[in-house]
Amino acid sequence: MNSRYAAWAVGLAALIALPFVYREPYHLHILVLILIWSFAYTSWSIMGRFGLVSLGHGGFMGVGAYVTALLWNHLDITPWIGIPLSMVAAGLLALVVAYPCFRFRITGHYFVLVTLALSGIVLQVITATRDYTGGSLGYTPNRAPSGRGLLALQFDDKTTWYLIALGVWVVGLLIWRWVDRSMSRYAMEAISEDEDAAAAAGVNVTAEKLKITLISALMTALAGALYCQYQMFISPDTVSGIAVSLQMVFAVIVGGLYVSLGPTIGAIITILLAEGLRIGFGTKAVGWDNLVYGVLLVVFIIFLPKGILGSVLDRLKPQPKPSGTK
Amino acid sequence: MQAFLDTFDIYLLEAVVNGILLGGVLALLALGLNLIFGVIDVTWICYAELVMIGMYGMYYMVQVFGLPYWAAAPIAILLVAALGAALHYIVIAPLLTAPPINQLLATGGVLFILQSFATVAFGIDFRNLGIRLPVLAIGDMHFSYSRLLAFVAALLGMLAIYFFMKRTYTGTAIRAVAQDRQIMSLMGVDTKRIYLITSALGGALAGLAACLLVLQYDVHPFVGLSFGPITFLICVLGGLGNFVGGFIAAFVFAQIISLGGLYSDLEWGYVLAFAFFIVMMFIRPAGLLARRS
Amino acid sequence: MLELRSVDAGYGTFQALFGINLDVRAGEAVGVIGPNGAGKTTLMRVISGLIRPTNGTISMEGRDVVATAAHRIVDLGIAHVPENRRLFPRLTVDDNLKMGAYMPGARAKYAERLEFVFDLFPRMRERRSQVAGTLSGGEQQMCAIGRALMSDPKLLLLDEPSAGLAPVVVQQVFELVKRIRSGGLTVLIVEQNVQQVLKVVDRAYLLEAGTIRASGTSEEMLSTDTIKQAYLGV
Repeated sequence: MNSRYAAWAVGLAALIALPFVYREPYHLHILVLILIWSFAYTSWSIMGRFGLVSLGHGGFMGVGAYVTALLWNHLDITPWIGIPLSMVAAGLLALVVAYPCFRFRITGHYFVLVTLALSGIVLQVITATRDYTGGSLGYTPNRAPSGRGLLALQFDDKTTWYLIALGVWVVGLLIWRWVDRSMSRYAMEAISEDEDAAAAAGVNVTAEKLKITLISALMTALAGALYCQYQMFISPDTVSGIAVSLQMVFAVIVGGLYVSLGPTIGAIITILLAEGLRIGFGTKAVGWDNLVYGVLLVVFIIFLPKGILGSVLDRLKPQPKPSGTK
Repeated sequence: MQAFLDTFDIYLLEAVVNGILLGGVLALLALGLNLIFGVIDVTWICYAELVMIGMYGMYYMVQVFGLPYWAAAPIAILLVAALGAALHYIVIAPLLTAPPINQLLATGGVLFILQSFATVAFGIDFRNLGIRLPVLAIGDMHFSYSRLLAFVAALLGMLAIYFFMKRTYTGTAIRAVAQDRQIMSLMGVDTKRIYLITSALGGALAGLAACLLVLQYDVHPFVGLSFGPITFLICVLGGLGNFVGGFIAAFVFAQIISLGGLYSDLEWGYVLAFAFFIVMMFIRPAGLLARRS
Repeated sequence: MLELRSVDAGYGTFQALFGINLDVRAGEAVGVIGPNGAGKTTLMRVISGLIRPTNGTISMEGRDVVATAAHRIVDLGIAHVPENRRLFPRLTVDDNLKMGAYMPGARAKYAERLEFVFDLFPRMRERRSQVAGTLSGGEQQMCAIGRALMSDPKLLLLDEPSAGLAPVVVQQVFELVKRIRSGGLTVLIVEQNVQQVLKVVDRAYLLEAGTIRASGTSEEMLSTDTIKQAYLGV
């Protein structure tokens, strides 16, 4: 166990040290993207691993990004306050949709479709309010006057962003671990296996599910807001809608749903893939990256449903005894 | 004041009628999705994207190859039917024993594929048939013939499905599979074949919807997003697999969208519909018509 | 007519049948009796193709049943009335019967078979447009047997036709089995109601823990001590 902590500590130290010895801006940029999306994917998997497959996370991410940017541009509210507010907004949205779902046992297909509609609707709202949000053309937070970058949470140098993203990513993993370890995990597993049995055992199914959903939505909104602050440009397609939701699911499935680093692996693979495709096909070939994405998603679900990391770990692990866990 | 009220009523009535007309097409879409869910227990997340492909098919046949509309429509329907069957054969069939969530996500992957395929193959420009049907004026109200045609054709399509399901052996078998799939082989029914036929039927309904929607809307790779989510809400509210529930819910939602659109943008109509849906989940959590078991 | 030779079958890693040898000759009525969980239903399912044997051969009039696709076994002349009847609850009686005549050969004779079934069960004619799920237990059994008869089978497999029915209705069901028999149909029937079933069948097999423990004519079975003690309570 100690050696595992040591490995984590060494790995983390290396990651922190990295931008101080290696400064190639494009590579750092890719790393920041990977870390932010890893955080978003991790937050999706917190719900997803308990069988709560949400396709509404594109919506939460969109709320996080747009609310933060709109507050800054229109009301001069600093992202330091705007981000928490956007998270609250996403959390409320999550509760409003999730509460009736869980309360009335809307599960499986129904839950997926309801959440899917949620991200579709958030996208519609962003498009409908085009006078404020710029609609499908996208939106840019106002540049802060020089010297006030910290207040506006706008930084020009990649190292700062790298460290912020790294910090958030680590926090995401810690939350994943905390949920994994905490009592509610047993409850949640009982829920995803058999809701009636869980309820009979005294687990408040609705409350447990809501808790997980809330955590997940708050984290996703934070990811959206950070993405906005980092890229300084958001559009409905990149931070909201069904496509973004599916992208999260895709990455988590590729990486592995039941392993803490699975979503991160998924982010590394998908972002490198997207960048590779983008460079390989050139800028003219819009859509090719998503085409390959889609094909891979289907292939993965058919042939490797446990994801890359999950499947590799399965193979590495000594086979559990027949009477063992699972 | 009186004059104001008169116009107001006229617009209201016009919106109500347009809502009914929209309901026909939405009901058609819901029927296709419900059919597939009821029989195969799978939800095609990419259903609206099949419609999008059908719309492009119509665009190319009519606008590029110069086929008349009435000749292109059956071909488009067959095309999307074949696409539906292929979707089942390639993606769903290998996953029939997998957890349902995997089937659902795989069709999500297909949504990606179809959207980006359309982007790559057809570009992101908005296209239309260039057919402008006349507008029917009754008093001060205006109804486009394309909507009337869509409504009538959608009803006819649903009627055709109804008779197929009631009268033919295959239709009866499709209904039977939805109730007890294990014993179908005792009847001499090849379930795999029934699934394939059902998928083709679901595709054909999407194809028909495409032929009707392409008269009213421009087609672009993401057009599916405009009516996909609303179709899912309809199916959930009506009860997945419940044909009658889906039919009623389609008309309810169409009214909300149409009346909502009267006071502001169409997008807000969708938002209103979603809000209505959330409220309905509290009131009738088991669906509009709780399914008889 | 029907021949099973050293048939093994089961579900996943669980084996339910061990080396079953069983014969049904044309025109016979044969019973399979035994306690709960002995593998009786599995035996029926393996004959009609709902599950496939892991070992052994099954043949129907010399044709290989195991090599026939599950949904084609009806064409060999085998009709299976499953345990718990398994009607399509939201289809009408008519539609349920129609499903029994799904195979192309049976479709051609649909009208004729429908008359036959309605003559056998006049009650079904009255209820033809009623949804099957709303029928009484006895009516459901009639409908299930009727559905199987629609395919004009040579061999009828009946799995626990008396299960869950009131005693009076059980009597009626066995009367029906007798009538079906007298029409020249071959019947293989699985029952827990040993006393009743031995009155209608010519021969019977005793199935225990997945193996055939005894077989013989109904009289022989009735006089066997083990059966008397274990199943007849005498």
